[in-house]
Amino acid sequence: MNLLQDILIVDFSQFLSGPSAALRLADMGAQVIKIEKPVTGDICRQLYVSDVKIEGESTIFHAINRNKQSYAADLKNADDLEKIRQLLAQADVMMHNFRPGVMERIGLDYETVKKINPSIVYAEVNGYGNEGPWKDLPGQDLLLQAASGLTWLSNNNDENPTPMGVAVVDIMGGTHVAQGILAALYQRGISGEGALIQVSMFESILDFQFEVLTCYFNDGNELPVRSANNSGHAYIAAPYGIYKTKDGYIALAMSNILLLAQLLNCEPLQQFTDDSDWFTRRDPIKQILAEHLATNTTHHWLDILEKADIWCAPVMDYEKLVQQEGYRALNMEIIVKTSNGLSVTTTRCPIRVDGKLLVSDKGAPVLGEHNEEIEHQFGLLKELQDSN
Amino acid sequence: MSQLPLKGLVVLEFSQYLSGPSAGLRLADLGARVIKIERPKTGDAGRKLSIKNLWVDDSSLLFHTINRNKESFAANLKDEEDLAAVKKLIGKADVLIHNFRPGVMQKCGLHYEAVHQINPRLVYAEISGYGKEGPWKAKPGQDLLLQSITGLAYTTGNGKNAPVPFGVAIVDILCGAQLVQGILGALIRRQKTGKGALIEISLLESLLDFQFELLTTYYTNRRQPERSHVNNGHPLLSAPYGIYATSDGYLALAMMDIHALAKAIECPELEQFSRDSAFAERDTIKAVLAKHLLSKPTSWWLGHLQQGGLWAMEVFDWEKMITHEAYKCLQMEQVIQAGDKKFITTRCPIRINNQRLFSGKPAPQVGEHNSQVYHDLIN
Repeated sequence: MNLLQDILIVDFSQFLSGPSAALRLADMGAQVIKIEKPVTGDICRQLYVSDVKIEGESTIFHAINRNKQSYAADLKNADDLEKIRQLLAQADVMMHNFRPGVMERIGLDYETVKKINPSIVYAEVNGYGNEGPWKDLPGQDLLLQAASGLTWLSNNNDENPTPMGVAVVDIMGGTHVAQGILAALYQRGISGEGALIQVSMFESILDFQFEVLTCYFNDGNELPVRSANNSGHAYIAAPYGIYKTKDGYIALAMSNILLLAQLLNCEPLQQFTDDSDWFTRRDPIKQILAEHLATNTTHHWLDILEKADIWCAPVMDYEKLVQQEGYRALNMEIIVKTSNGLSVTTTRCPIRVDGKLLVSDKGAPVLGEHNEEIEHQFGLLKELQDSN
Repeated sequence: MSQLPLKGLVVLEFSQYLSGPSAGLRLADLGARVIKIERPKTGDAGRKLSIKNLWVDDSSLLFHTINRNKESFAANLKDEEDLAAVKKLIGKADVLIHNFRPGVMQKCGLHYEAVHQINPRLVYAEISGYGKEGPWKAKPGQDLLLQSITGLAYTTGNGKNAPVPFGVAIVDILCGAQLVQGILGALIRRQKTGKGALIEISLLESLLDFQFELLTTYYTNRRQPERSHVNNGHPLLSAPYGIYATSDGYLALAMMDIHALAKAIECPELEQFSRDSAFAERDTIKAVLAKHLLSKPTSWWLGHLQQGGLWAMEVFDWEKMITHEAYKCLQMEQVIQAGDKKFITTRCPIRINNQRLFSGKPAPQVGEHNSQVYHDLIN
């Protein structure tokens, strides 16, 4: 039995935060119905990244929305709204990521939906929470990275504040809302009661920084200082970072500097006999290491260091990565098919259950593709006709 | 919901450092009773791992941050008597988490197949570095190394520079969070079937999943996504996406129409670029922007951009952020009293029925709860 067998999720969210949560729940076995605006649908359908499109839609839309159904509905149309209300009466979970106030205006806020379905788990993700001066600002990934201090943690100290090049705030927010939904579904199984689950991207990205923020709260509020060179983590001693070699890059995690000096045959490092210097004088240590590592190949250094159980790795791009046996052994790639016969290669759910991979070949839906099927499955048309 | 959602559940955490313990922390904040099973005397190796040499007691502030709201049961798994007690405990538990390298739990006889015999309702959840098969399975599951192997370091920083790692332990945190999802899904199924589950994740799979948008794009055209050479924000996105210096600070600009941007910030030089060239010519466009934005303070730009409905934000450091009303109204901080020491940390980011989840319970001393756990769950 799938983990979330027979769980119905009605998802009004767009872009990445909410939809990435719904994707995880779909892969765990839930039926996920995207409620989309007719004609345009989820704005993410039109969000082209770089110059890569699949069937006129963005590649990322296909990655985020596979394994889901699409139901097109105009929430300003009374008949459509009534059908949605009937669907929600039968749903286990409703989720959205609109800004505060939008669902109230449509009449699908928690208090209203709870009257239709008292045991529903109602989940919302927004940018900055429902109160305070930023509540109406757009919940956009880069802007949240900027607002939360996150951009002062990566890259060398003389570089601009540097954003993480993956939508980390959306993904953490989505991960947290999925956790909240699942915990509430578990409790509902005991008490029969539904719940309101709220996550803001701001709180999510603060939680993401909980280790270093806790340090900041308790060290007399000293701001993080990134290393001058080969910066890996503002709070970790040398050699932590990425280094150029003769033919590429090598990563070195926490290690004993004197042991490194000996293994790499790097004499100038031997002067750093006091291990507290490895943090306070990490810049000169890293500088020496950087110069030394540039003199030979990645393979050469890895050979020496791996034998001595030093934490190190080659730095790879996707092209190199996908050729590795260690990557291929995972079977991380899946091919999904859309109803148009289009095949898209993407990644699968990272969780294994009872030794099995969670895979599905169902591609992202065409806008409104499942209207008829859903109306039939949940008796939406019939009830509407009866009530007229 | 009149109680925390996971109240009544018992979670045994055979984990150290961050990935497994961060999962335990989330389950604890959601109401579970989380018991760390620790080696007598020394305990979780994370106790001795500090940043900036900050300590609360014998254990670091870092350990206290990750392990608050938990109990500790000290047991030597190589000692028969202790192992028997742990097995009894497993018989009463709902969830077991571990993040040891493949084979370690097997040696203690606590691998899934064995434990499943003791308690068929148990959800057994494990984190490995690279999975249980393949040539990398014995490699150390360390955050920076995983970032380097999976291509993540090639998403951040400017294109001409060396790869730049994320300055937060992304792999550990994400993998722990995904493990929680798997555990909760299995607990929901158990309500219907009465049966437990084996939930497995590797740090490697977690971090590949994290890059699913970039990887799907890569699989489609087989071209390595390139970081922009100027003010890179995201390898797949067009100008102006990135962070820019102003005359008095920094400004973040997200996706927007470059002509609307040109108008809002009075930069006619930008109008020569067609909208369709915002990806192909992003470096040139961003260079023009970078120069222009240096001429005025952040607040001036922000006023004009937000008035035009364009997605922009001031870049904050923590000092500025924590004094801002938008941060203060979240009440994200909580005080933990650990022995005679107090420290401040963050709370769980999930709100339930309009309630924030606070917990003042500090991290345990090694073996602090042995007698309580014996009393409640073993004898």
